[in-house]
Amino acid sequence: MAENVKPRVRVPRSAAAGEAFEIKSLISHIMESGRRKDSDGNTIPRSIINTFTCDFNGENVITAELHGAISTNPYFQFEATIEEAGTFTFTWLDDDGSVYTDSKDIALA
Amino acid sequence: MKKITTLCAAISALALSTGFAIAEADAPVLSIDGVVIATRAPAPEYLDIDEVISGWVFRTVETQALQMDDFDNPGMIFVDQALDDWNEVNGSEGKSCASCHTGGPEEFAGLRTVLPRWNEDAGAVWTMEDYINNSLVEHMGAEPWKVGKAQMNAMVALISLQSRGMPMNVAIDGPAAETWALGEEIYFTRVGQLDMACANCHIDNYGVMIRADHLSQGQSNGFPAYRLKNAKLNGIQSRFSGCMKNIRATPYAVGGPEFTALELYVASRGNGLSVEGPSVRN
Repeated sequence: MAENVKPRVRVPRSAAAGEAFEIKSLISHIMESGRRKDSDGNTIPRSIINTFTCDFNGENVITAELHGAISTNPYFQFEATIEEAGTFTFTWLDDDGSVYTDSKDIALA
Repeated sequence: MKKITTLCAAISALALSTGFAIAEADAPVLSIDGVVIATRAPAPEYLDIDEVISGWVFRTVETQALQMDDFDNPGMIFVDQALDDWNEVNGSEGKSCASCHTGGPEEFAGLRTVLPRWNEDAGAVWTMEDYINNSLVEHMGAEPWKVGKAQMNAMVALISLQSRGMPMNVAIDGPAAETWALGEEIYFTRVGQLDMACANCHIDNYGVMIRADHLSQGQSNGFPAYRLKNAKLNGIQSRFSGCMKNIRATPYAVGGPEFTALELYVASRGNGLSVEGPSVRN
């Protein structure tokens, strides 16, 4: 079980219809690659965020598949457009089965 | 003086350095969420240089940008973790930091600017780490945290953050004078197999490249610093330790009297620069 995992996202409060705006997301996570060994020489099991998704009102905006070479605290920045007010939901899936979510409301400017 | 500055810039450009010359011309401004950080200030009169410059100025545009937005600053993750520690009950007294410091970490606005400072009761110069451990042990009945380790660095970052934008202003006179003098002596004493003193890099050669590294003035106003090379917060005394290893010297103990003296001296070299904490460096 990864410790100190905390998702955070930044979405503007409002945006004009059809106008691209920036979304930033960051989750604090150790992203243990599964290739390191501890001081006794035993392999430390892989424990990473393997999937990141962002949905808007139930419709998928972006899905990212993460692998062992992604560094600690994965950060995603992307652009989106909206035609109506609604809610962005963000989901991170952990190797250990944990699911971390966050959501942000956005209004139409 | 202007002529010398231009000359220095030219020399540093010759020495395969591009960053510093560019930074001089463009004079980028560090502003974080509306708080403008003084990254250059007139040097205090006891120094032999004209201007003190934050390490931020010496970094690449990309690294500088990471510090200009708290969302992008990876050091802020650790500040969040420290906030959890702040509220967590720890030790035999059943208290958390928040039990006594009811005003929150904001109570400590300005504290970072005057540390390390003379502590009359202890009869010694204390760093922020000393104050934190004193609270943990004396008031909370908890185990002290190891100086230079993750939990301690995060708490120092949280408390330093409250002073962001305020100018460093450590006292070097009065009872702290003796410790300051020891720090100054360490700063100028050549040690190790490479026979180098702090001053050889950070006074004589700041602004030029030392192989792949761009030498700064070695200012401490941005500490604890998130370093891209190790993806965590680094305390100032751990940084001293790393420097000493680089010149193949045996480092003093982190948290010990020599490094505390050096921390006071180095902090005094940055008097006038804003507290940045946590900063982003490479």
